Amino acid sequence: MSRLLDSLAQIGSLCRKEMLALVKEPASRAILIAPALMQSLLFGYGATYDLTHVPYVVLDRSGGAAAHELVARLDGTGVFEREATVRTPRQMAEAIDAGEALLAVSIPADFESRLASGRPAPLQVILDGRNSTTASLAAAHVGAVVASYNQARGTAPAPITIETRAWYNPNLESRWNLMPALIAALSMLQTLLLAALSVAREREQGTFDQLLVTPLTPMQILVGKALPAIAIGLLQSTIIFLVIRFWFQIPLNGSVWLLYLGLFVFTGAAVGIGLSISALALNMQQAMLYAFLLIMPLMLLSGLLTPVRNMPEILQIATYANPLRFGMEIVRRVYLEGAGLREVALDFIPLLGVAAVTLPLAAWLFRNRLA
Amino acid sequence: MTPGFVRRFNALLRKEVCQLVRDPSNLAVGLLLPGVLILLFGYGLSFDVKNAPVAVVMEDSSPTARDVLAGLKGSTYLAPLSVGSMQEAERRMRAGAVNAIVRVPADFSRQLATGQARIQLVLNGVDSNTANAVNGYVGGALATWAQHRADRAGGHAGGGAVVVEQRTWFNEAGDSTWYLVPGLVVLIMTLTGAFLTSMLIAREWERGTLEALFVTPVRPLELVLAKLVPYFVLGAIDLAMCLLAARFLFQVPMRGSLLVIVGASLLYLVVALALGLFISGATRNQFQASQVALLASFMPALMLSGFVFDLRNVPWLIQAISQVLPATHFMALIKTLFLAGDNLAMVLRACVILAVYAGVLIFATRRTVRKTLD
Repeated sequence: MSRLLDSLAQIGSLCRKEMLALVKEPASRAILIAPALMQSLLFGYGATYDLTHVPYVVLDRSGGAAAHELVARLDGTGVFEREATVRTPRQMAEAIDAGEALLAVSIPADFESRLASGRPAPLQVILDGRNSTTASLAAAHVGAVVASYNQARGTAPAPITIETRAWYNPNLESRWNLMPALIAALSMLQTLLLAALSVAREREQGTFDQLLVTPLTPMQILVGKALPAIAIGLLQSTIIFLVIRFWFQIPLNGSVWLLYLGLFVFTGAAVGIGLSISALALNMQQAMLYAFLLIMPLMLLSGLLTPVRNMPEILQIATYANPLRFGMEIVRRVYLEGAGLREVALDFIPLLGVAAVTLPLAAWLFRNRLA
Repeated sequence: MTPGFVRRFNALLRKEVCQLVRDPSNLAVGLLLPGVLILLFGYGLSFDVKNAPVAVVMEDSSPTARDVLAGLKGSTYLAPLSVGSMQEAERRMRAGAVNAIVRVPADFSRQLATGQARIQLVLNGVDSNTANAVNGYVGGALATWAQHRADRAGGHAGGGAVVVEQRTWFNEAGDSTWYLVPGLVVLIMTLTGAFLTSMLIAREWERGTLEALFVTPVRPLELVLAKLVPYFVLGAIDLAMCLLAARFLFQVPMRGSLLVIVGASLLYLVVALALGLFISGATRNQFQASQVALLASFMPALMLSGFVFDLRNVPWLIQAISQVLPATHFMALIKTLFLAGDNLAMVLRACVILAVYAGVLIFATRRTVRKTLD
């Protein structure tokens, strides 16, 4: 019993030393807290797929009432903002080329007469495809406006009414999808780097050899190094979580405890990867670069920006080794869908798997890789 | 240019090159990572929804209703899947196995005859982008089906209606790879530039070797240039890899002239390198330098430069911040150069901005290695 207590006390003092090393300097302290806060605010506003402003130009060669009404309908949506009414196709092309307009609506001269005589009247819409996601969203908006215009004229076939309901995100705001994912993604970025630098820094400064000749076992060193890093990771997650919950007011549907259980296991896996890198690296620069070598694919193959389901089969299989994918999935599902432990239990398995491999590996490497 | 400059510069350059090539981690991040990223972006990442699984609940067993299902099957974007009941469909949606539920109510065909048919569409809104796309595809598939039905019935239902003829310029097929790959050039230049260099000066401060250099005749500018050149060469190799892959592997069009693309990219590379060195010199601490490099160069280039998130949609304050980032200007330029062609006004504007950034950052970095001791 007393040996256990001794062992815990030893780990405790190592944790304390690690924490001090991290937060002693004001600059280092700031770097652990400020970025999480700033990035969650910046990306909360900046990272959106929702189309709210569509600058457009009109080339109206019919000049009739129908064309006017259609354009007025576009303006009335609040999304389409008319930049200019151009006179020539050349001006229209220039506006799109320069990026001033996302789309151009070209109304042919016989628009009015065709409509009046009951023939289909083509309306040309030209889109700037440099960002094809935005372009296709804008096209869908135009289509909806034209459809409602046709309906108002009574010329469209009475279509099937589609009653759409979106679960978990009623207004289909992309912020709701992205922000909870950032709770996991942003904190992983810094935590992994932090863990990767922790042993490498001691190697570079020569203090790691001293640590190895203390009575601490590699397992104790591991726990002493891992816990402070996990604590910092959870602190960052908490900051981002608070910003999302109270600044952006995205409602939390699941249990906070389950959310934190998921974050704890996820951060543990990330720290395990970081410490393994740290134990392998010979100096800080190597540690940082190897960490980054992993962070990039981890971020891209996590489903943060593009859904995992859109990836080719083989890459989808590769994502099973990616803790960020499952960390994000747990956070998103608990946060937005209100999923319970039973529903996300499977997502814990890959995370525990990564932690179970990387943490002991790091401990083994501490002793067996000496420069 | 004095002979002393050349001699000192050459000596420093040799040392930096040795340090660069002897450390496998540099080459891993400088050459291997860009290769991996090129493949991931070209083959792995896509915003284009294809075969989205959709549960279809048929409560109406009439032939007309079954015809609707056939209409959905005709869409290449959707993978409809018949399920027995709404409960079953909801269970699958909760488990994340389907993106949406289409429910055809029991009175569908009866209502259709009166022109008031309704179909329920339930979307999983967590991934709002996919949800929007699925919404559009289901609506489109049903509209096409209704049109065919009307045509078969003999009436010309489309008469006198406005028909949208849509054309997408620059990216005719609407393939997201076409805008992701040019954006990748920005990311890789940022990565090679700011990341590899961010430790260089901080490391020398920490180890005290910079103080040792102070007692030599080496001048600050020589030091900065000697650190820039080897990484510039590495970045240029990455650029060549990107351009070759874009052209031959992914067949992304290059409508602007190759010379302008290469020139602008190299200019941005200098900006990124100078930014990394400046961070390194300003922090004088490897731990801080690495964190700042990640947060000040890479994350903004990924999230705020207009790479995937269109800047038109963000509030003005974020727009203002994004305009401060050199990556934003280069991102807009490189997408235009690849997909639209040479736009002289845009090229000039972006290049002047980048050149100013490069000048200011190199000057600022030079000041961080002034020969003064704390």
